Amino acid sequence: MTARLGMRLPGRSKKEREPLGPYGRVGKAVEELDERLGIAKGGKTFLDKIFPDHWSFMLGEIALYTFVILLVTGVFLTLYYVPSSALTIYHGPYKPLDGQLVSQAFSSTMDLSFTVRAGLLMRQMHHWACDIFVGAIVLHMARVFFTGAFRKPRELNWTIGLTMLILAILNGFIGYSLPDDLISGTGIRIAYSILLSIPVVGSYLAFFLFGGNFPGTSIIPRFYVLHVLIIPAVLVGLLGAHLFLLVRQKHTQFPGPGKTERNVVGSPMYPVFMAKTTGFLFMISGVVALLGTFFQVNPIWQFGQYKASNISYAVQPDWYMGWLDGALRVMPAWEFVGWGHTIPFNVFVPAIIFPGIIFNICYAWPAIERRYTKDNLLHNLLDRPRDRPKRTAAGAAMLGLLSTLFVASATDVLANFFKISLNTVLVSMRVLTVIVPVIAYFLTYRICKELQAVPGAGKRKVVNVVAMTEGGEYTATPVAPPPELVDHELDAEPVPGLIGEDAPADAVAAAAAVGGRPGNVGTSSVRTVPR
Amino acid sequence: MSDHHDEPESTGDEPSRTPVQMPTSASWSDPHLQPAARHPQFVERLIGFTFIVGLLSFCAFGAAYWQNWAPWALGLTLGAGMLFVGTGITAWGKYLMPRGPFVEERHVLQSSKQDVESFTNALVERGATPVKRRKVLGGMLGAGMGVFGIVAMFPLLRSLGPLPKNTLATTDWKAGSYLVDQLGNRISQYSLAVGSFATVFPEGWEDQDRGQAVDQTFLVHLEAEGPIAGMPAGRSTWTPAGYVAYSKLCTHAGCPVGLFERELGLLICPCHQSMFKLAEGAIPIFGPAPRPLPQLPLAIDADGYLYASAGYNQPVGPGYWERP
Repeated sequence: MTARLGMRLPGRSKKEREPLGPYGRVGKAVEELDERLGIAKGGKTFLDKIFPDHWSFMLGEIALYTFVILLVTGVFLTLYYVPSSALTIYHGPYKPLDGQLVSQAFSSTMDLSFTVRAGLLMRQMHHWACDIFVGAIVLHMARVFFTGAFRKPRELNWTIGLTMLILAILNGFIGYSLPDDLISGTGIRIAYSILLSIPVVGSYLAFFLFGGNFPGTSIIPRFYVLHVLIIPAVLVGLLGAHLFLLVRQKHTQFPGPGKTERNVVGSPMYPVFMAKTTGFLFMISGVVALLGTFFQVNPIWQFGQYKASNISYAVQPDWYMGWLDGALRVMPAWEFVGWGHTIPFNVFVPAIIFPGIIFNICYAWPAIERRYTKDNLLHNLLDRPRDRPKRTAAGAAMLGLLSTLFVASATDVLANFFKISLNTVLVSMRVLTVIVPVIAYFLTYRICKELQAVPGAGKRKVVNVVAMTEGGEYTATPVAPPPELVDHELDAEPVPGLIGEDAPADAVAAAAAVGGRPGNVGTSSVRTVPR
Repeated sequence: MSDHHDEPESTGDEPSRTPVQMPTSASWSDPHLQPAARHPQFVERLIGFTFIVGLLSFCAFGAAYWQNWAPWALGLTLGAGMLFVGTGITAWGKYLMPRGPFVEERHVLQSSKQDVESFTNALVERGATPVKRRKVLGGMLGAGMGVFGIVAMFPLLRSLGPLPKNTLATTDWKAGSYLVDQLGNRISQYSLAVGSFATVFPEGWEDQDRGQAVDQTFLVHLEAEGPIAGMPAGRSTWTPAGYVAYSKLCTHAGCPVGLFERELGLLICPCHQSMFKLAEGAIPIFGPAPRPLPQLPLAIDADGYLYASAGYNQPVGPGYWERP
């Protein structure tokens, strides 16, 4: 201690300081940090953390990074958006609406789009990022479902992810309602009617949420605080838990040589995964920026201010609300009236009961499957969808049902486009809603069974180099595919040796002799799974 | 890499012919054949190029923002910069960094039997002591918490809005309310040609939220003369001079029923395509709407202006629990 203090005595020149070690300033910084926080041991484990390579594992990354874009662009938007229904006269560069009586919410969104520098770009990027965000979550969830990644021990993370999907859909709806334009206002009107449809408490819920009769002046500020504070805060918390569980339980992987239930084979966190995932963040941001630049989304100046007695034709909600809108359309006009009460099943069933059933099936699925298969083991290796035909077929049926309802949300557009009667379209959609899931189930089941029966179906084909010998005979030599295509099928190597230097032979031997902590140089614990 | 890849893969699917070893090294795993390994300088230059293009794009974005160029210039430069830099970083990670595959052992997350035992023991025994000994205290604490929870609902929920009372069941249409358009002009029986329509409100409510949202009414000059054949019994006096008025709120989900199909005499809701037959009391003939649109009884005063001879005789809009 005194020696160290002595080094720091004033009057000494900088050059006489303790020389930097072999790792230079980085080494010094690590040392200083480690003395205070003890970062080295955990940090090394973190840098060595292995991420399996498979294209389907990037779907969750897309969701994560579009969420980052949503946060950044969203903060920009909050600086200019005014969450108020108070009326004002719009004055601005968009002449068709100049001088019109509009709400401050609408007026400020117009200013964002036409006056604020880069405001339109940020608005468009925010909207596009949201559409991609929800889509990426859905695809990620489908990947997790079809490969059985939700099985023990990851049921909790499935639950967290599903909750995030519901919150994402909800916040998307609330978010595109904020500009107070004609189309989103109609959506809020329908949401009010949906709340009203709930038996016993419906009108109270609607009055409490909206602060009275529709439309009132409370809903915009309330939606605003939900959209920018409460739901994002919950989402960030759940996201943190989602990622913490991912790190704690480690990633799943597809079966292959060297891959077992007890290891993870892939690229290390640092530097490969970090580089690739950072690059991916930039690429997604670039794609979202270009989408926001060249593909118009939600042009509120074409719709105009919301007015409860106005309505536009052929408007659909954002895509992730489509299945609910479709359910509202295909539901028959059933309403119970009796004993002085009304239960509007035509709204209550498709808008409350139906999504409730869908999401509860999703929540319960890991438990349902565990009960059905009596499989209580820990699973780190993924299933191939064909090997679980019933699960795959059930997933296909669910996607079939939701897709049909999504299409049904465009009955009017379809009728116009194909020049057929609206009645024909609606009746067809009612029929399809029932039969598509059934067909999807049996078709998928059949395909899975067929694929199981075809040996080697879906496996990488072996390349044969055909050559003619001098004698005129043809020979075929099977050749292994290029390594950049099959790296996840290769034998695994232990972590550290690769980063920087080759492990000396005696270090390998030493590590093997002491039993080699996992991840140490040259552990020979790689088990090869016969293909 | 192990020797594994120098040999042809020995999988279940052997080729039909007996493989003959090629004299030359034709293996794909030969590092000389990997493009990145074959031309590392080229790959480095390519990545450097993407970084420079990205950097220039970001500079252009700065210039575009500073000079306040068109939004597409902002988006193009920002997007291109992000894409190029992202591609460069990804390529760097993919081609110039040690990719592995590496292997990491999974640690068993489960604790030892002893640890589980001692944890559970502490949880049950140590935690149970106070409750066992002081059941009354525990009960009182529980009761207090419960009451707090219920009481907390009042500021959190109850003050969010007024009670519905009867407001959902009533409109501002009364006997004698004149029909006015969006701007407050009264509608006379000569205002609309046969086959035209207007959205009307009770006079004085046309610029109110409630007038717009609840009282909005669809007025159509359906025929040259009233009464209109086909109307439900008892409504023969409701359609003077061939004018008919219905609530514009859809009985399905409350959208304004704003599409008037003149040839078919239908009113169509643009939200979910419910169709109402205008000449027959707006009964729903198609779609998810369960009830006819409530009809407003009309009358004409001495000057020819239209007014309501009574309010709506039932709640307008979608169904709800308290609706009789």
